[in-house]
Amino acid sequence: MKNHPIPFLQIPGQAALVLLQQLGRLAMFTGQAVFWAMRPPYYWRQVWRQVIDIGYYSLPVVGLTTLFSGMVIALQSYTGTSRFSAEGESSVATVVVLIVTRELGPVLAGLMVAGRIGASMAAEIGTMRVTDQIDALDTLATRPMQYLIAPRVLAATLCLPFLVLVGDIIGVFGGYVVAIYQLGFNPSAYLASTMQYLEAFDVILGLIKAAVFGFILSVMGCFHGYYSGRGAEGVGRATTNAVVYSAILILVADFIITGLVFVR
Amino acid sequence: MTMSTQIKIKGLSKAFGEKVVLDNLDLDIPKGKSIAVIGASGTGKSVLLKCVLGLIEADQGSITVDGVETLGASRQTREDVLKKFGMLFQGGALFDSLKIWENVVFRYRQGKNLNLAELRDAAEQALADVNLEPRVMDLYPAEISGGMQKRVALARAVVDRPEILLFDEPTTGLDPITSGVINRLIRSAVDRLGATAITISHDMTSIRAIADDVAMLHGGRVIWKGPVGDMDQTDNPILDQFVHGYAEGPLTRYAEQA
Ligand SMILES: Nc1ncnc2c1ncn2[C@@H]1O[C@H](COP(=O)(O)OP(=O)(O)O)[C@@H](O)[C@H]1O
Ligand SMILES: [Mg+2]
Repeated sequence: MKNHPIPFLQIPGQAALVLLQQLGRLAMFTGQAVFWAMRPPYYWRQVWRQVIDIGYYSLPVVGLTTLFSGMVIALQSYTGTSRFSAEGESSVATVVVLIVTRELGPVLAGLMVAGRIGASMAAEIGTMRVTDQIDALDTLATRPMQYLIAPRVLAATLCLPFLVLVGDIIGVFGGYVVAIYQLGFNPSAYLASTMQYLEAFDVILGLIKAAVFGFILSVMGCFHGYYSGRGAEGVGRATTNAVVYSAILILVADFIITGLVFVR
Repeated sequence: MTMSTQIKIKGLSKAFGEKVVLDNLDLDIPKGKSIAVIGASGTGKSVLLKCVLGLIEADQGSITVDGVETLGASRQTREDVLKKFGMLFQGGALFDSLKIWENVVFRYRQGKNLNLAELRDAAEQALADVNLEPRVMDLYPAEISGGMQKRVALARAVVDRPEILLFDEPTTGLDPITSGVINRLIRSAVDRLGATAITISHDMTSIRAIADDVAMLHGGRVIWKGPVGDMDQTDNPILDQFVHGYAEGPLTRYAEQA
């Protein structure tokens, strides 16, 4: 704090430098993860373990959240659309299908999996860092980037679209259940509207988002774990940061992707 | 045996932020010798080993292994040099997600086309060398005691007979009998296989059993180096206090200032 030419700029200046340094590190880390994911040796066993953990064990969480979201959207859109339209079936069905496939499916799955998987990746890799296991890998002729990071990023990027696809189906089903049993709609008319407004583009857009979110949450989880501070405290902070930054970046990326494909 | 230098450390410096840990340190390790590195806790002994392995990037200086500069070396050079080393980390650093036997043969199995039975045999033999029974093979590291973890880690470090062995406190926390077994293992690796060993230790019994030479680290440098027999009749007050474990002396004053 001494002899700084413009003292009051020192703290924001330092913060900006730290931010830049972190961004540089993150860019390097991401580049390395992708680079090593494409080179042998391939650790398929590691990838498979992650696929089970991410793809299979996240199903209940993703299923439940999308189920209830689909149900809520059906109720809310009925409230909204019944004010100016008599054709409840088609408007509720449209809104449910559109929102679930384009938005809520991918975003909810991304956020839930960030909480579940991003956090556990940060904790696991952070623990490996502070107990010297990452250094041990290095001395045992195994590149941590290839053995630890690449399989996780690969698995998350591949599994999220699958999870979202399942989530989409469950979410639309949730909307259907509410529409039929609570709003008293005609099942065949509702299904017909659902099919009519279900567009491949919407579903694919949602799946692309899902892949991006899977990439984001795994890179964040791995990055924060890999550069975890020392001790249990460092690992705790890494875990929190992984979830917080994943969530923020997922929402930002969602906006960017939606904006890119938006047509008037 | 030729007395060529296997590891040559010159002017090595490392600071973490403001805290200077290694300060212009020089140390030569002759091939086929067993060196013990001693020094108070927190003087940077573990950091020194990690610098030798390139796990911590030094700020300055030079480390050559068989004449090859490793600081700032290319990834390929570094990977080639690392193959010569076996390292026992202070906390063991066993992989939590792998069984004991998978930990032991983690590097040993690479590049060899061995079947499961052969790998398990190798692991069993390596575990027997550190006095561990075959029943631990299929357990996970979290299921065995700290002392056993350390022995597994030792087995993993020596199983593929590396040229250079680095041991970070191999006998800390072990009972005297197991310590004796480990001492014998380290000594026989050096005598029979001609390995070079650097062992960090506080255990004077163990040091007398395994080391040819002793180097004492203090204030970021090597302040004393000599044959193991000479450390008892030293006129260096710091070494004298450390070797005999006196409560009063220069090290105590240093610790109070730090
Ligand atoms: N990765 C690190 N980041 C910051 N400080 C470290 C790191 N590793 C070690 N240190 C510090 O360096 C000093 C020496 O540590 P170490 O080599 O582990 O001591 P010891 O001689 O007991 O093995 C300690 O003060 C420790 O806090
Ligand atoms: Mg240490």
